[in-house]
Amino acid sequence: MQLQSMYQEIILDHYRNPHHKGLREPFDTEVHHVNPVCGDEVTLRVTLKDVDGEPVVEDISYDALGCSISQASASVMSDLVIGKPVAEAMTISQAFLGLMQSKGEGSPDEDLLEDAVAFAGVSRYPARIKCALLGWMAWKDATAQALEVGRQ
Amino acid sequence: MSELPGGVSQLPGYLDVEAIRSDFPALARTVRNGNPLVYLDSGATSQKPVQVLDAVRSFYELHNGAAHRGAHLLSEEGTEIYEDARAKVAAFLGAHADEIVFTKNATEAINLVAYTLTSSIKPGDEILITEMEHHANLVPWQQLAQRTGATLRWFKVLPDGRLDVDTSLITERTKIVAVTGQSNVTGVIPPVAEIARLAHEAGALLLADGAQLVPHHPVDVTALDVDFLAFSGHKMLGPLGLGVLYGKRDRLEALPPFLAGGDMIEVVRMEGSTFQPPPARFEPGVPPAAEAAGLGAAIDYLSALGMDNVAAHEEVLTAHALDALREINGVHILGPDTTKDRGGAVAFEVEGVHPHDVGQVLDELGVAVRTGHHCAWPLHRALGVQASTRATFYVYNTHAEVNALADGIRYAQRFFGARQ
Repeated sequence: MQLQSMYQEIILDHYRNPHHKGLREPFDTEVHHVNPVCGDEVTLRVTLKDVDGEPVVEDISYDALGCSISQASASVMSDLVIGKPVAEAMTISQAFLGLMQSKGEGSPDEDLLEDAVAFAGVSRYPARIKCALLGWMAWKDATAQALEVGRQ
Repeated sequence: MSELPGGVSQLPGYLDVEAIRSDFPALARTVRNGNPLVYLDSGATSQKPVQVLDAVRSFYELHNGAAHRGAHLLSEEGTEIYEDARAKVAAFLGAHADEIVFTKNATEAINLVAYTLTSSIKPGDEILITEMEHHANLVPWQQLAQRTGATLRWFKVLPDGRLDVDTSLITERTKIVAVTGQSNVTGVIPPVAEIARLAHEAGALLLADGAQLVPHHPVDVTALDVDFLAFSGHKMLGPLGLGVLYGKRDRLEALPPFLAGGDMIEVVRMEGSTFQPPPARFEPGVPPAAEAAGLGAAIDYLSALGMDNVAAHEEVLTAHALDALREINGVHILGPDTTKDRGGAVAFEVEGVHPHDVGQVLDELGVAVRTGHHCAWPLHRALGVQASTRATFYVYNTHAEVNALADGIRYAQRFFGARQ
């Protein structure tokens, strides 16, 4: 049975007890993303702070309706990204995107992706990749907008 | 005439499903983990019997010429096959051959009507649809309203999934009413003939989306008295890429061209062109004769089974599925839980397990279903549901497959630790 390879225990744990969930104030930007195939949606807020001239992710808060993969992925993403400089977080985000596009053949960098390596099995199921990426794409969008606002 | 299927039966309401299944190569394959395929997604697209595959193959092997053009025998044979398929579709619906327009699919058929009505709709006019429509019979009408300044109105869905036919919505302002023949989510069969009568009394046109109706029930366009009926061949054992627009002769005659090009014209001059009468007016380009050959064979197959038998078989399976799902704690069926005016689409929620996850577990067991909003987002919203899992039944489905679905749902509940 391949199910356990997709639904790793880590994923199910994050699904049942998502981290950083709930919308918090204050925030810099808020985005709303949907997966038009299934109607899954996420509202995500990003707060950045300036540390020695470098933008750092101070907080991510989100509210999401969706499957175990999309919920767990948003939870793992917020764990990974909160507190990191935006540049480093973007590197992690790129690495996760690469893993999702690996069709199950990727050898993820565990030091970089931590719990997110558990999603390697998802990359074998094309229909589920969008689920795993929903939160990440919302974060990237919100962060890009926050940087834009910061520049103005 | 293609070979008669093995499933012909003398008993009404009975199909020899084992014999039917032997005509469908895809049903013999295994899927994930070596499990046999339990195909419960015919509402999205049906599997194809060898009779249909043979008709398509035979066209390309022997008769591949561009229909309606060319001075050679192959082109003539291609034309004959294409027009023969049109005649079969017409006979299947109780229509005339010149009332049958071949399109790419049901979606294109609906768009054809919605676009060509543009010039006859004015600001202040009303377009009436329903809240239970597939996006294919919803978005084109929204767009028509936006193009013309008309107002879009809709019949609402009742909590039990049935249609609230609020007759006050049909007025002298109503120009067209578009309604599904059968919901692709709840299986609800709205009273199309009655709505058509009301529409006609108000001077409005009636279009029925038959994508989920025509494959599963006997349909007589004269009895329904619809002006237009749209459906897809691939949901009724035919090949992908061919749909049908039925239109009453005078209704089609009143519509201007939709897609323009070769074969739909009478005379072309640099200053302008004149156009063929229907159906040719709406069929530019080299016709999909191989697909038409396949759809013709599909209609032969269904006709040999008998559409009354097809409908009766699906009703029994649907009743079984409704019973089996009702018995599972934490499973909620969308729409009516009896088979009265309800076809073989059974959508449901599993408490505590997202539809995507239900579908994933079922897929692992070899059970193919659809998950999400099934292109009927407003209907899900009306029923207070974000998304659902859907099983749909057809001529080749068995009671054992209904049991496999129920077992799979229970397994998904255990896997995700949901309440049972």
